[in-house]
Amino acid sequence: MATENSVMVFVQQDDGEIAEVSVELVSKARELASKVGTHVSAVLVGNKLQKAAEGLIPYGVDRLYTVEHKGLAHYTPVPYTKILVEIIKKHSPQIVLYGATTTGRDIAPRIASALRVGLTADCTDLQIGDYKSKGQQFDNVLYQIRPAFGGNIIATIVSPERKPQMATVREGVMKMNAPDPSFKGEIISEDVELGPEDFPSEILERVKGEKSVNLKGAQVIIAGGIGVGSKENFELIHELAHTLGGEVGASRAAVDAGYVGKDHQVGQTGTTVRPKLYVACGISGSVQHRAGMDESARIIAINTDTEAPIFQIANYGIVGDLKEVIPRFIKAFRAKA
Amino acid sequence: MGLNLIVLVKQVPDTQNITGNAMKEDGTVNRGALPAIFNPEDLHALEAALTVRDSVPGSRVHVLTMGPPSAVQVLKESLYRGADFVALISDRRFAAADTLATSYALKCAVEKIGSYDIVFCGRQAIDGDTAQVGPQTAEKLGVNQITCVSRIENLDPEKKEITAVRSIEGGYEKIRAKLPILLTLTDEDYLPRPPSAIRMMTYKNATTEMSDGDFDESYLTSGAGLKAENTISLWDINAIGADSESCGLAGSPTKVKTIDLVVLKSEDIRMIENTDESIGEMVHELIADHTLG
Repeated sequence: MATENSVMVFVQQDDGEIAEVSVELVSKARELASKVGTHVSAVLVGNKLQKAAEGLIPYGVDRLYTVEHKGLAHYTPVPYTKILVEIIKKHSPQIVLYGATTTGRDIAPRIASALRVGLTADCTDLQIGDYKSKGQQFDNVLYQIRPAFGGNIIATIVSPERKPQMATVREGVMKMNAPDPSFKGEIISEDVELGPEDFPSEILERVKGEKSVNLKGAQVIIAGGIGVGSKENFELIHELAHTLGGEVGASRAAVDAGYVGKDHQVGQTGTTVRPKLYVACGISGSVQHRAGMDESARIIAINTDTEAPIFQIANYGIVGDLKEVIPRFIKAFRAKA
Repeated sequence: MGLNLIVLVKQVPDTQNITGNAMKEDGTVNRGALPAIFNPEDLHALEAALTVRDSVPGSRVHVLTMGPPSAVQVLKESLYRGADFVALISDRRFAAADTLATSYALKCAVEKIGSYDIVFCGRQAIDGDTAQVGPQTAEKLGVNQITCVSRIENLDPEKKEITAVRSIEGGYEKIRAKLPILLTLTDEDYLPRPPSAIRMMTYKNATTEMSDGDFDESYLTSGAGLKAENTISLWDINAIGADSESCGLAGSPTKVKTIDLVVLKSEDIRMIENTDESIGEMVHELIADHTLG
């Protein structure tokens, strides 16, 4: 198999554990690769990677390049950039995808700068299509689709003239395929020379707090916005979430107002969610917020403002004061369940 | 020994307070309806630089911005807060630059200043939200970077060594590194200081093309030691020695193919009365179709 022109994924790991977003990207890369008729490659950098590498192949990686070094257990920008730039130059992928995490958003621009190629941040969709410009026709171009301008517009960005085309992709927006244990892929260990000068950053301490809120996995989310009015009123949101067995979500405005912690934020700068039920209480429904929840299976909007945009994407709308509506909701659920 | 500090700032449309008429009917942005502001995280970057300067005698804070002539406003605001030197990087040939072309121009401008110890940027600008220009500028300068810095824990000007706390998902990293380095700052710490009244009086009329006649010196008190004449340097493409092929549209590999206004999907919404009975029926439906329970 020729090694060039693949759809490549930068696989993010910590202590040998692969980030979910990287697996989501491998699934998306499979789809893109079949559209343009190529294979999927991935780059995994770290220390002691055998187990992680073997676990990733069944998601559909044809060629997995690994680079191992004891100084690479955790991400730091300088050595990781050097490795990725060398591997990209050696194998000339046509597309490289990164998770839009703090790591992905740290390394991808450095690589784009070193290779002098385009990079689109925080994509929420990727497609393959044609592009015409000044009489030139480009086939099988990567459409890099992202909200822009505070989420008020959706921009489709292309970078057809230079390879690879690169994008960071939001966590949780691409669907993860089920692994196929019979999938055959190759693990290829790559040598990149690294000296002490390649490690200018030293990680003195690293704390990865357990996320106290699991919005991504929640089936039911009760979210409050600025319309909740106060931290005291926000107790109602907690109470409804508790009654229904759901998690508490929030709009950015509610987080900024101090009603609830940032971990709860849903939307463009928070978490993207797809629960079975999303109850939006006192949330007007800005584009930024909707970008993070509009794929919920069912949406209930509770708002005093009949003109609130949230009603336009809701399945059920209740116009009223949430101080009345939520207690009724709780009472009704307790009576039926 | 003082440190040379450079802050890269941007004037942005205030996308966080968008009103109904911010978008025109054809889907383009009505910039006139959006106030232009100092990018919020860049103010924290400036504050971090000023804090370092105040703690290391002999240090200087240089503030650079790339933008149209109206972007002098963020430079003035930097002067009000205590910047020692400001420059506007402005040239028609910088127009329509993507992040790669922008970082190239900023790199040229930083190098024009000469030697530097720390380059400070906001983590991201609220108009593009890309967070790319900081790391791209660091790479072009050939220096290390720490992104998403919430605070500088230690800075040793003799050993030229910094320890900074970086926010990561659900936690943080404490990183030690040698200078020179580029940092991108979040808005978690370094609450921007208010503008100083005396500095505002001094610099409110500062422009890039100031003649003595334009300048109202009546506000200057003796002993303030401040002068506003020619305080804002204006650098064009030649001044920073940039190659025009790498700037603006020509130097930008990314192209905007299409822009779509966000259109709300009109689903068949069912309005539920705010009564015990109607809400009870809704809950019953949700339980019946296994959404709840």
